Amino acid sequence: MPHQLAQDLRLPTNLLDYAILAIYFIVVLGVGFAARRSVKTSLDFFLSGRSLPAWVTGLAFVAANLGALEILGMAANGAQYGVYTVHWYWVGAIPAMVFLGLVMMPFYYGSRVRSVPEFLLHRFGPSSHLLSAILFSAASVLIAGVNLYALAIVLEALLGWPQWVSIVVSGVFVLLYITLGGLSSAIYNEVVQFFVILAGLIPLTIVGLKRVGGWSGLYDSLTGAKGDNFMTAWGGTGIGSDNPLGANWLTIVLGLGFALSFGYWTTNFAEVQRALSAKNLSAAKRTPLIAAFPKIFIPAIVVIPGLIALVIAPNIGQGDGLQYNDAIPLLMRDLLPNGVLGVAVTGLLAAFMAGMAANVSSFNTVFTHDIWRGYLVKDRPDEYYVVTARVVTAVGVVLGMGTAFIAATFSNIMNYLQTLFSFFNVPLFTVFIIGMFWKRMSPAAGFWGLLAGTVAAMINYFWFYKGGLIDIPSDQGANFVSAIIAFVVGAIVVLIVTPLTKPRPVEQLAGLVYGTRSPGLEELPEAGDEAWYRKPALLGWGAIILAALCYIPFSF
Amino acid sequence: MTNGTNGPHGSHDSAAADWQEEEKELEQRSASAARLFDVRRVIGFLFVIYGLLVTLAGLFVSDEDLMKAQEININLWTGLAMLALGLFFLLWLRLSPTVPPPSAEERERRSAPRERPSHGE
Repeated sequence: MPHQLAQDLRLPTNLLDYAILAIYFIVVLGVGFAARRSVKTSLDFFLSGRSLPAWVTGLAFVAANLGALEILGMAANGAQYGVYTVHWYWVGAIPAMVFLGLVMMPFYYGSRVRSVPEFLLHRFGPSSHLLSAILFSAASVLIAGVNLYALAIVLEALLGWPQWVSIVVSGVFVLLYITLGGLSSAIYNEVVQFFVILAGLIPLTIVGLKRVGGWSGLYDSLTGAKGDNFMTAWGGTGIGSDNPLGANWLTIVLGLGFALSFGYWTTNFAEVQRALSAKNLSAAKRTPLIAAFPKIFIPAIVVIPGLIALVIAPNIGQGDGLQYNDAIPLLMRDLLPNGVLGVAVTGLLAAFMAGMAANVSSFNTVFTHDIWRGYLVKDRPDEYYVVTARVVTAVGVVLGMGTAFIAATFSNIMNYLQTLFSFFNVPLFTVFIIGMFWKRMSPAAGFWGLLAGTVAAMINYFWFYKGGLIDIPSDQGANFVSAIIAFVVGAIVVLIVTPLTKPRPVEQLAGLVYGTRSPGLEELPEAGDEAWYRKPALLGWGAIILAALCYIPFSF
Repeated sequence: MTNGTNGPHGSHDSAAADWQEEEKELEQRSASAARLFDVRRVIGFLFVIYGLLVTLAGLFVSDEDLMKAQEININLWTGLAMLALGLFFLLWLRLSPTVPPPSAEERERRSAPRERPSHGE
């Protein structure tokens, strides 16, 4: 990632564009103030009182992941790796989201935990709980910082704002609306952000496609310039053959599709929190499933602009000029007139705020509920924890500002994020999935599995790969391999430690392990939930089939 | 709720764990369902305003802007689409208004079956 984007990316914004941006900021803050009166208990602040409809939590689920880093990073991947980038969506995100909704959500939502680490507490006890709560809090602050830094660079290049202005303005807005309204205002703003982002990116893609002669024009020029495989999803991914991604089909499917994506989507509390705020179990299950459908089509407005940018500026990512991350800003500058340009700038800012707000709202929950209340200051009245959560939100945002500069060392933002996720989330998923289906698995196995998997991934990435001991052609390829190693090492440690240690008494596992139920927490189905379009199985399998069908045009 | 000896968030000895009892109680006290506004209103108004602004820019398009956007009047089309989305949300809200939260006694009735011991296991 460049410290500074090329100066000539400055957008020709005018008063109309700034009016659109100003209206957005007013609305964001208004949502925060209006949501404030609904915050009475800590449950309201952390989980919107478990009251939201599935379409709201579903769109927030997808928006929380559609941060500016995701948008710029995936467009960058499109320009760098070509159509391979769709694997992050169709073989990566979709099956994992469906798995979260259909398989894991009954345990998460059904047990009434407030956070993903809290599930670990009840299933495995305090040591793995504390480990994951601390890792998650640190990662959240770090990623919020990455977000802020990336935004500051982009806004400096596009609007000429000094970096500190962007950091302070955006940080303060996120801080204000989450402190006021808690998760409700984070989620509501994410839903609004989702539509603003679409309103910015769809016109960009349409005009961009016209510029390069439609899809066929795009296809022909990139196949001509980059070779036949660049515009296919699987071409050149045979084991031993060479491709831009530096990964073969096996590491794509197992590393990205299984280990990395399942680890990210099923255990990342920033996402799962949205589902936990749904009003009943059916709505919670449907949250990631409803999110899966827009997610299938997001490559069309993120990866395609990356490809278009490569046609317009063939030297992007080579040398000192434009970087891969400049793909979308470049198209905005060259193609959008004032008006839509303002919407696109607002969308980019909105995307940044969505990503950061998701991190901050999940951070304040885990830190306040799991760490502060769990170990430091127990047994205070509920009101005390609402106040604490508000203070923690402010502290988290300020810490995020401080960590903003860690991002500077990696050339591609996504690589950096994926690296982090492969270290934290994959072993977490390993431990969860075994613990949910194997009653015997012991608390000690949970802790050591988590630790061993995380350390193994770090050793593989930083020592074996960066140290040159194994030969993997790219950072992405190394991420996929590290994720597989994290999963396998975590699982092996779990299998070895469990027989040697004491299991948790079965009566403590009610509702936490397959085949058990939380006594007294069964709910009556809500009227209307029997409708066919609300059946989780149908939605889930529908999303998987649709994602598989999307591969067809890019496979032959 | 915590007896201090069994780690955070209460003891796990009872069948229905304490933390789950507390969550149920907080769900009853929660104000979100009753007091949280409907997000469809926000999306609706924001997109109607955006739609009008951008459509207006599209109606007074300059040749230069048209050239830049590859001869698509992108402001006009985006503006109309945003206007339509905003109106859709307002219409949806009109046709299917926010469901008022169940009254206290209704909640009592709904949660009553929860209290019965489960026969499942």
